[in-house]
Amino acid sequence: MTGIITVILILIPLLAGALLLITKGEQVKRIALAASLLELVVTAVALFKFNGTGEREFVINYPWIKSLGINFYVGMDGISLLLVLLTSGLVPLIIFSSFNKTIENPSLFYSLILFMQMALVGVFVAMDGFLFYVFWELALIPIWFICLLWGSGEKRSITFKFFIYTLTGSLFMLAALIYLYLHTDGTHSFSIDALYAAGRSLDAAKQAWIFWGMFIAFAIKMPVFPFHTWQPDTYVSAPTQGTMLLSGIMLKMGTYGLIRWLVPLAPLGVEQWGNTAIILSVIGIIYASCLAIYQKDMKRLIAYSSIAHVGLIAAGIMVVNSQGLQGSIIQMISHGINVVGLFFIVDIIETKTNTRMTDKLGGIRNVNPNFAVVFLIVLLGSVALPLTNGFVGEFLLINGIYKYGAWIAAFAGLTVILGAVYMLRSYQSVMLGNTNSVTEKFDSLNGIEKTILVIICALILIIGVYPKPLLDIVGPAVEMYIQNYGVNY
Amino acid sequence: MKALIVLSLLGVVALFAEIFKFKKILFPAIILGLLATIVLLTSEWGFDNTYFRMLHMDTYAILFMCLILCTAILWFLFSKNYFDSMSNITDYYGLVLFSLVGSMLLVSYNNMVMLFLGVEILSIPVYVLAGSKKDDAESNESAMKYFIMGAFATGFLLFGIAMIYGATGSFYLHDIAQGVEVKKLEMPGLLTGGIIFLLAGLSFKVAAAPMHFWAPDVYKGAPTVVTAYMATIVKASAFAAFFRLFAACFFTVKGEWSAMIWGLSVLSIVVGNVTAVFQTNAKRMLAYSSISHAGFMLVAILGMNELSTKAILFYSAAYSVASIAAFTVLLKVSEARKSDDINAFEGLAKNNPLLAFVMTVALLSMAGIPPLAGFFAKYYIFTSAFASGYVGLVIIAILGSLVGVYYYFKIIIAMYAGENKVEKINLDTITKTVLLISVALTIAFGIYPDLLLDLFRF
Repeated sequence: MTGIITVILILIPLLAGALLLITKGEQVKRIALAASLLELVVTAVALFKFNGTGEREFVINYPWIKSLGINFYVGMDGISLLLVLLTSGLVPLIIFSSFNKTIENPSLFYSLILFMQMALVGVFVAMDGFLFYVFWELALIPIWFICLLWGSGEKRSITFKFFIYTLTGSLFMLAALIYLYLHTDGTHSFSIDALYAAGRSLDAAKQAWIFWGMFIAFAIKMPVFPFHTWQPDTYVSAPTQGTMLLSGIMLKMGTYGLIRWLVPLAPLGVEQWGNTAIILSVIGIIYASCLAIYQKDMKRLIAYSSIAHVGLIAAGIMVVNSQGLQGSIIQMISHGINVVGLFFIVDIIETKTNTRMTDKLGGIRNVNPNFAVVFLIVLLGSVALPLTNGFVGEFLLINGIYKYGAWIAAFAGLTVILGAVYMLRSYQSVMLGNTNSVTEKFDSLNGIEKTILVIICALILIIGVYPKPLLDIVGPAVEMYIQNYGVNY
Repeated sequence: MKALIVLSLLGVVALFAEIFKFKKILFPAIILGLLATIVLLTSEWGFDNTYFRMLHMDTYAILFMCLILCTAILWFLFSKNYFDSMSNITDYYGLVLFSLVGSMLLVSYNNMVMLFLGVEILSIPVYVLAGSKKDDAESNESAMKYFIMGAFATGFLLFGIAMIYGATGSFYLHDIAQGVEVKKLEMPGLLTGGIIFLLAGLSFKVAAAPMHFWAPDVYKGAPTVVTAYMATIVKASAFAAFFRLFAACFFTVKGEWSAMIWGLSVLSIVVGNVTAVFQTNAKRMLAYSSISHAGFMLVAILGMNELSTKAILFYSAAYSVASIAAFTVLLKVSEARKSDDINAFEGLAKNNPLLAFVMTVALLSMAGIPPLAGFFAKYYIFTSAFASGYVGLVIIAILGSLVGVYYYFKIIIAMYAGENKVEKINLDTITKTVLLISVALTIAFGIYPDLLLDLFRF
C-alpha cells in the first residue's frame, strides 16, 4: 500500500491550507512553510521508495462516483514524480520568499498557496480523466484569487482575461474527455487506460478533434503562441509569489498534460496535427524572444522569455522521441527553478529600488557584487550555458527536435541565441554601468534572500554538472512511453 | 398521499394562526410540519403507489418532492426575518404552503388535469406573493405582469392539453403515451399542435426563451424572498413537470419535438447569458442567469436517456441550493446598502468575509466550476446530451457557460477587489445557518455527487 504516499502528498497541503484559514497572527507563515517542508520530506520518502521501473507506482484506485465509472485513481511514474518533486521543492522557496514582506490577510494568502499546491500535485498524479480535470480546474481558483487580491495595476480586467482564457481551454478539454469517456468499453470509465484505449480506437478524423480539444487547453495554460496573450499581463500584475507559482509550476501543468493526456490519447491526431503544433511552438519561441528584447519591464521580459522556453519544451514533447521527451522533462524542472530565481531577483530589485524598469536601473554590481554573481548564475542557467541546468534540458530538446527536422531544430535553436541577447542586455543595463540615484540605495541582501538565492544557484549548478539522478528517475518511464506511444511522422 | 394531506392541513393551520393567536409558534410548527411531510414521503419510497390514477408516487416524484420540501425549509429559514416584519404574516405563510401543495402535484401527476391543477395551485399564490410589498410600485407591477403573462401561459397549457386529448383520447399519461404511438399518423396536426402549446405553456413557467420576457421584471420587482422562491421551488417543480410529461408521454415521438426543444434551449442559453452580461442590477442578472439555467436543463430533457432523469434532479438541486445562498446574501446586502445593484457588492469581502465567501461559492457553482455541485450538474447535462448525439448543442452550451463565468465573476471581482468599505453586516443565527448549510451542500454535492445520485437506486 505505498499508494498512501500519493494521498498524503495531496492531503498535507489541503489540510494545512484549511488549518491556516482558521489561524491568525504571525505564526501563519511559519506554519505554511512547515507544511510545505513536510510535503518535501514526504516527496523525498517517495523518491527513496521509488523503484523506477517505468511503471506507475504508489497507485491507489478507489471508487469515487461509482455510477459514472469515476475513480479516485492516483499514482506516479518517473514523469509524475519529478513534477511532484518540482512542486514540493519550489513551494517552500516561494513561501519563504515572502517572509520579507508584510502581506495583507496572510492566513488567506498562504492557505491559497497551499490549496494551489494541493491541486498541482493532484494534476500530476491523477490517473483518472475526471479527477485530472477537477484538479486542473481547482488549480485555477486559488491562483486567480492570489492575482486578484494581492495583484497590482489593472488587476480586475487582467485576472478576468486570465480566468476566461484558461477556462475556455479547460472546457474544450472537458468536452474531449467526455467524448472519449462515452467511447470507452462497456460500463464507461474515466480510467486513464480506458481513455487511452478509447482514444486509440477512434478514426483519424475524430482523433484530430480530440487533439485540438486537448491541445487548446494545454496550449493556453503553457502558453503557446497564439494563445499567449493573457500571460504577460497576468505575470506582471500578479504578486511575485503568484508569478512564481504561475511560471514555475502551473505552466508545467500544460506541458505535463501534453505528455500524459494528449499524445497517448490521440496518436493519429498527433500524426496529422503535431506538425502544426510544433510550428506554432517554434513561432512562439522566436516571436516571444524578439518581444523580450524590447521589454524594459523586467517582469514582462521574463514573462516573454518564459513563453520562448515553454515553446521549446512543447516542441520537444510533440516530436515524441526519447531525447525530446527527456529533455522536456528536465527542462520543465530547470525552467521552474530558473524562473522562480529570476522573478525573485526582480522582486529583490524592485523592493530595494522601487522600480523594475531596466532603463532606470544600472550599476547594481558596484554596490552589491555578490548579488551580481548570483544574478549571473541564474541568468546563465536560463540562457542554457553548459554546466548549468538549462543546458542539459535544451541540449536534449534541440537534439530531439533535430531528429524530427533539421530546419525546425535550427529555428528552435534560435532560442538560445536570442535568449542570450535579451538576458545579457538586461543584465548589462541593470547590473553594469554606473550607479545612479535609484540604485545607490541598493543595500546588502538579508538572510532570507541569501538563503533562497544560494539554494537556487546550487540547484542550477548541481543539475548542470550532474543531471544523472534526474535522468535516472525519468529514464525508464520515458523509454516505456516512447515504446508504447511513439509517433511516426 | 398522507404527505399531501399534512401539507395542505399545514396551510390551513397557518391561516388560522392569526385568529387563534398562536402566531409565535407558527414558524417552528411549519418547519416541523415540513419535516414530518418529508418523513411521510420517505415512508412511501419504493412502493410506487398510485392514487386514484391521478398521482403516481414513483422514485422520481418522491425525490423531487423531498428536494422541493428541503429547499422550502431552507427558504422558510431564510425568509423568516423578512416575514417577521410584515403584519399579515400568517396569510403569506399559508400562501406559500398552498403553493407547495401545487408543486407536489406537479412532480407526481399522472393525469393532465393534475398537471393543470398543479400549475395553477403553484402559481396563484406566487402571483399574490410577488405583490406582497403593497406600497411598492415595482412589486405591484411585478405581480400584475406575472399574473397576466401567467394567465396566458395557462391558456396555452390548457389548449395544449385539449389538443392532446383530441389526438389521443385520454388525459392519463400512460394512455397518452400509447395513444401517441398508435394514432401518430391519424391526427398528426393535432398532436404536433398540442405539443407546441404545451411547450409554450411550460416554457413560460420555467422561464425559457422566447417565453422569458416576464422574468427579469418580475424577479426585479418582487421582494427578494419571493424571487428566491420563484428561482428555486417554482422552477424546480415546473421542470420536474416538464420532464415528466415528455418522458412519460412523448418519449416515442421524439422527432416531433426535439427540434423545438433544441431551439428553445439554444435560445435560452444564448439570450439568458448574453443579456445577463449587460445587467447592472444583481436581481435582473440572476433572472437572466436563471433563464440560461433553464436552457441548460432543457438540454437534459432533449437528451432523454437514462442519465437525463438524474441530470435534471441534480441540476435542480444544485441550482436551488446555490440560489438560496445567493439570494440570502443579496437580501442582506441590499438591506444594508439600500440597493440591489451589482455596485452594492463592491468591497463586500473586506468586512463581511462570510457573506463574500458564500456568494463566491454560490456563483462559482452556478458558473460550473469544479468541485462544486453546479459543475457536476453541468457535467451530467453535457454527458447526457453527448450520449444522445447532440454535440453541437453541447458546444453551444459550453460557450454559453463561459459567458456565464463572465457575469458571475463581475460580482466576485467587485466583492474582492472593490475599494468601498461596507460596514459589517450583522447576521443572525438563522441566516448564518442557512448560509452554512447551503454552502456545505454545494460543496458536498460537488465532491461526492453520489450522495444524491445513489438515491435513485432505492
